[in-house]
This record gives sequence, structure tokens and C-alpha cells, in this order.
Amino acid sequence: MADEALFQFLHNELIQYVYKSAEQGEMENGRCITKLENMGFRVGQGLIERFTKDTPRFKDELDVMKFICKDFWTSVFKKQIDNLRTNHQGIYVLQDNKFRLLTQLSAGKQYLEHAPKYLAFTCGLVRGGLSNLGVKSIVTAEVSVMPACKFQVMIQKV
Amino acid sequence: MAVCIAVVAKENYPLYIRSVPSENELKFHYTVHTSLDVVEEKVSAVGKVLVDQRELYLGLLYPTEDYKVYGYVTNSKVKFVIVVESSNTSLRDNEIRSMFRKLHNSFTDVMCNPFYNPGDLIQSKAFDSVVSSMMVQAC
Repeated sequence: MADEALFQFLHNELIQYVYKSAEQGEMENGRCITKLENMGFRVGQGLIERFTKDTPRFKDELDVMKFICKDFWTSVFKKQIDNLRTNHQGIYVLQDNKFRLLTQLSAGKQYLEHAPKYLAFTCGLVRGGLSNLGVKSIVTAEVSVMPACKFQVMIQKV
Repeated sequence: MAVCIAVVAKENYPLYIRSVPSENELKFHYTVHTSLDVVEEKVSAVGKVLVDQRELYLGLLYPTEDYKVYGYVTNSKVKFVIVVESSNTSLRDNEIRSMFRKLHNSFTDVMCNPFYNPGDLIQSKAFDSVVSSMMVQAC
């Protein structure tokens, strides 16, 4: 059970570190989200390489998204995505009703403004994973009620 | 054992290519380059007619007079190509498969190395030694 906590602690410290160094004037504040997102991107690329090593080839985009929702999410967050919706035109909405990186934060409105920094890394993670599978995308996240959040994946057609 | 092993990126440029030292090294580069068309063909056929053929290992791509070319494509569209001599009849399909397996495992390690930038040439020593172990030992 300890390994679950490790990732969470490391992730928390990562955010602290990025924001602390921003405070000390090493970079402007808006860049923090981008920096976290980029870290996630690289990690996602490596992870997906490892996770898809023994899986058969994917049929299509939806197949890839299902893999992200089930296997990828289970490996990283110990649960599956609760709801996957798509308009079949390149937009996917992944809903997690109890997102693990937000569960340690108060469920009220108090920390709602801090939520984006806890989601940036994961956005990058998904984007990196997809990009390594040959799907270029933009991933954004939104939170309305605390431990639940939605990731919107917009596939970019070439 | 193999006479040439190559790793080709998603965008079809070589990440790694190694062949037994011989005077016609260029020929191997040419062989690998030619095989990419066959790989493309096989991969795009997936999901159309043969639904159950979704294995990463593509099997024999094409035989030439002197060599046999085998292919493998990862889910991230990175291609592995192994060229063996046709005269080497002792090599079974299963052995080729396990060679690709080993290659893929090692490639995954390279990808997960934080000092490696995805898309760069592979210069890892660990990867090198895995490849060496699969090459023809004679020369």
C-alpha cells in the first residue's frame, strides 16, 4: 500500500518545488503549469511505452482512449475512469469522480483555486501517452466539485 | 543469428542501425529502408480484413536471395527490423520472436531513461550489448 502514497507525496513536493522556485523569481508564475505539464508529458511517453509492451495493436482512436481509461488509469491512480464520453469527432471527456491527487484536499470550496496545479501533471501525462501512440491532442482539465474532475481531450487531426 | 538490426522511429528515420562489419554495409541500410514499405503495408491492413492479426510481431517481411527480413512494430509505431542470412535455417520463428521481445524490452528501458530524449539516436550501452548478443558472433 505504501507505493500509492509515494507517488502522491512526490507529486505534492513537485508542485511545491515548482511554485517555490517561481516565488524566488527564477521564472514567472504562469509558467509553472506549463512546466508541470511538460514534466507529465515526458513521464507519459515513457509510461505508455512500458504499459503497451504486451498489449495487442490498437484498432482505432477509441481503442486507445479505452486503454487510457482502464489500464493506464488503473496503473497510475489505482482506479478506472468513471465515465468516458465522446462526440465521435475527436473530443473525449474523461470523468473521474474521485481523482486520487485531489482526495487529500478539502472537499469544500476552500482550495478550489489551487486545483489546476494538481491537475497539470496529469494533463501532461495523458497528452504524452497519447502522443507516443501517435495521437496528437490537447488535454485540459476542469473541477467543479472537489474530488471529482473532468479531463477534456481534443484530438488534433492533421 | 542476425546480420543486421535496426530501430526506426515513428516518423521513419533511423534511431539505431547496426550490421556485421562487412564491405557492403550500405546494402543493409538499403534493405532496411526497403522493408519499411512492407511494414507500412502490413500495419495498415490491420483492422480492415484480418481483425485477429493484431500482434506486434509482423513475421517475415520478405525474403531475398541471401537474406530474410523480419519486422516488429510497437504500439508507439517504432519499428524493429532484423535481417538474418537465408542460409541460416536453424533459426525458428519462435527464436526470432524472442529476439524482438528482448529488443523491445531493452528499447523500453531506453525510453524510460530520463537522460534519453525521445526521438534521439540511441547511444545506450545496455541496448548496445543486447544487440551485440543477438548479432552473428563470427566476425
